[in-house]
Amino acid sequence: MAEAFQFELVSPERLLLSEEATQVVVPGVEGEFGVMAGHAPMMSTLRPGVLTVSRPSAADEAFFVRGGFAEAGPKGLTVLAEVAVPMADLKADDIARQIRETEEDLADAGDDAARERAQIALDHLREMERAVASN
Amino acid sequence: MPSLKELRNRIASVKATQKITKAMQMVAAAKLRRAQEAAEAARPYAERMEAVLANLATAFEGRDDAPLLLAGTGKDDVHLLVVATAERGLCGGFNASIAKLARERAKALLAAGKTVKIVCVGKKGFDSLKRDLGKHIVKTIELRHVKRVAFENADEIGTLVRQMFDDGEFDVCTLFYARFQSVISQVPTAQQLIPATFENAEAELPEGNEAVYEYEPDEGEILAELLPRNISVQIFRGLLENAASEQGARMSAMDNATRNAGEMIDKLTLSYNRQRQAQITKELIEIISGAEAL
Repeated sequence: MAEAFQFELVSPERLLLSEEATQVVVPGVEGEFGVMAGHAPMMSTLRPGVLTVSRPSAADEAFFVRGGFAEAGPKGLTVLAEVAVPMADLKADDIARQIRETEEDLADAGDDAARERAQIALDHLREMERAVASN
Repeated sequence: MPSLKELRNRIASVKATQKITKAMQMVAAAKLRRAQEAAEAARPYAERMEAVLANLATAFEGRDDAPLLLAGTGKDDVHLLVVATAERGLCGGFNASIAKLARERAKALLAAGKTVKIVCVGKKGFDSLKRDLGKHIVKTIELRHVKRVAFENADEIGTLVRQMFDDGEFDVCTLFYARFQSVISQVPTAQQLIPATFENAEAELPEGNEAVYEYEPDEGEILAELLPRNISVQIFRGLLENAASEQGARMSAMDNATRNAGEMIDKLTLSYNRQRQAQITKELIEIISGAEAL
């Protein structure tokens, strides 16, 4: 069994996860990287994608993360993500439906601000869909 | 001296008011708990962010290529004050104390010959600032429709602030909000957002943490990405603290009001009883002296 280290996943709204992990795969902006105990100190920004946690105490868990950064240090790994959702909560059908709805919103958007908002939401959903599909 | 009927009516109306204040107090207590939890849940993110940025920022100190959000524009002629208050009143001195702090700062800056621009978040701050600083208010953001402050709300304000900064509309940005200490104490606070300051961040360099970090992409790019985000995060934290403070202030204000109403009812009941007694005595005397006259 691999050595464990402290892992924290934090979103602006709350602390999602704080426990021991043996390996975490982080979608860094310059490619995915796996972090294990004793990783060299590094800091990387995130691209939208799936973060996978392997733990000694429970089954692997995957999260969809977007926007933020990961910091690996002597104390462990901390991932600060603007959006972090457990993959288990994401259903392909729901996302597809939301995409359709947002596309409609985009089509009926009255002003630039509304259009921009809908576009951002749509991009966000597309990223999620891709993440779910590739999982 | 008011008549018996008037006194009865007064007592009834004060009792009705007391019921309302009591209900408001309980609602505020329930909301306070939720707001406090939200504020506490958001703390780790904001603190980490600050610590990391503080670390990165020291690397850029005094360098010419430091991002503008960190180093500032080099001037401090135009100040943007973001004043976050509540959407509702009836919460004691909460709105007034934030507005007062912002007003004092604005007056001091104006006296020093600087230009002041104000963005109001929340209707109450706008209401109290518009009288004497109305011409400086450039925008008002209402969060009336928002039940629970989400990160998106803060991000919207953050985006606005960044846009104004990019357009060169101000040099220094300060956020005003009330920091939540306890139910009875909320501290109006001014926090400088741009150029970024990290006075609260603990110096996070103990036990060999000076290990050289590997940056991916390089420091400059990370800093350039995180600094704008940090503004939203700090605003988010301010809004959450504000929400908790508001409910705390309302709770203690309503507690006072309920107690005052109780005292008032006691006093009114006392004078009502006295007067009733006096009237009975008077009537008795009239009957007795009438009987004696016969």
